[in-house]
Amino acid sequence: MNPQALIDGLVAGSTIGLGAIGLTLTYSILRFANFTHGDFLAWGAYLTLTVAGVLGGLAAGLGAPVYPFSFGWGLPLAMLGGVCLTIVLALGLDRVLFGRLRARGADTIIIVMASFGASMALRSLLEFIFTAKPVYFTKALQIANPLGFGMRATPDQLLVIGLTLLLVVALHLIVTFSATGRAMRAVAENPSLAGVYGIDVARVVRVTWIIGAGMACIAGVMAGLLVQIRPYMGFDLLLPLFAAAILGGIGSIPGAMIGGLVIGLAEAFAVQIVGAEWRAAVAFVILVLVLMLRPQGIFGRKGA
Amino acid sequence: MTTLALRDLKAGYDRDLPIVKGVSFEVEEGECLCILGPNGAGKSTMIKAVAGLVPTFGGTVHLNGADITGLASHQLVRKGMGFVPQTENIFTSLTILENLQIAAQLLPAAERANRIAAMFDMFPDLGSRPRTEAGALSGGQRQMLAAARALLTEPKVLILDEPSAGLSPKLVGQVFDTLRRISAAGVTLVLVEQNVRAALALTERALVLVDGRLAHDGPADDLHDGKLLGELFLGHRSAEASA
Repeated sequence: MNPQALIDGLVAGSTIGLGAIGLTLTYSILRFANFTHGDFLAWGAYLTLTVAGVLGGLAAGLGAPVYPFSFGWGLPLAMLGGVCLTIVLALGLDRVLFGRLRARGADTIIIVMASFGASMALRSLLEFIFTAKPVYFTKALQIANPLGFGMRATPDQLLVIGLTLLLVVALHLIVTFSATGRAMRAVAENPSLAGVYGIDVARVVRVTWIIGAGMACIAGVMAGLLVQIRPYMGFDLLLPLFAAAILGGIGSIPGAMIGGLVIGLAEAFAVQIVGAEWRAAVAFVILVLVLMLRPQGIFGRKGA
Repeated sequence: MTTLALRDLKAGYDRDLPIVKGVSFEVEEGECLCILGPNGAGKSTMIKAVAGLVPTFGGTVHLNGADITGLASHQLVRKGMGFVPQTENIFTSLTILENLQIAAQLLPAAERANRIAAMFDMFPDLGSRPRTEAGALSGGQRQMLAAARALLTEPKVLILDEPSAGLSPKLVGQVFDTLRRISAAGVTLVLVEQNVRAALALTERALVLVDGRLAHDGPADDLHDGKLLGELFLGHRSAEASA
């Protein structure tokens, strides 16, 4: 077996894990499976690409690759803009659709179906605006450097793994030790009681969308940077995202990340062992096994 | 001075089928009041409506003279309302300290640590293990944590929904001892309770709610022998007759 699968799995798992964080937070605090989350990844990538194009037009030097990476300073700057725009998209969608359904006391299944419909609309809109043709943040070639034990990784791949680690640790510390994090955990356990404690639940919901959409955008940019940007890139990641969130335990940020890495690694090794055509089935098999054997996931609480 | 005043309050889950059908009463500052009534009388619904958890369909609620009708529960806490629900009244996945820290967020930053320390002094059982997950506490300790959380912000009125529900007789005694201390400290208390004997021993005044309407409002001593209470619970005596 080629040990390169380990690096490939970690890279893919980083994107899945970061995307799953938003999904697991939405699931635990808003209590519905948000199918639009995959599209936040795709929209995040396209919005970042658009901002990068604008920045490139304003200052051509921003696009020049900065050694050893394949992209210039324009991309991280554009990603900040993309994160902000993806947050606006998520908050807007909540205001127009999900918030109204919550206010009417709609059943969870109605909200899930609404998210499914919104997901299709968002995807079609992306295809309408940008076409289905894949696009790239950069076309610069990178040589994968040897890491030892027969493994290789490009600087971009190592950056993705490092940035993911940094974001997950930062988010975990915020949710565990900050007042906002405590409020989020409280709302996840009992939103009605949270109000009695003086927590503004609507504010916590907004924070949840902000974190979720922000992480989704960064995950989308990572996927776009390492592979390509397509309108269906988020939809294709949806099953691995759900599998990672459920495997890690709903509401757990480290759980979502570890779940993402497990799915990424399992997919990478499955490609080597049983063939690339089975890659998509891996997340489904893991999801079913978790639901049957440990429905609360790795870090989830029984009955939560 | 009147702390809490309800005027013709109507509330429930369906506008066409109100559970509370026009209730009026006032609670004076420092008073300890219990609300009694048979199951389904609307006691819990009424105080949940006061606490912003159930919609109101008519009437008003005033706290220290300010109209608070229809405000959301988190806004009411900032206005000085302390409410302790009957069940699920603490966050079991959070530690004792975290439960109090959430409530303390409403206070100025400089006061938070002192107020939490004051609650740990008042409830030493909690103070001895602040990092214990609240889900590991006994029923009585949970009620104490719920009361500590509500008292932390020094509310103008503390409303409790059946604090003795589901507790063993020993724990009921502990809970009522705690409430006696809270009342003695000058906190205005409104208590909905099924444990009539314990509630009447604690409070000075009692209301009886029957079928969403006030059937009695008078000194708690009037209800001690049980005869009047029995008649009110069974609907053999109207509000007018008992007034």
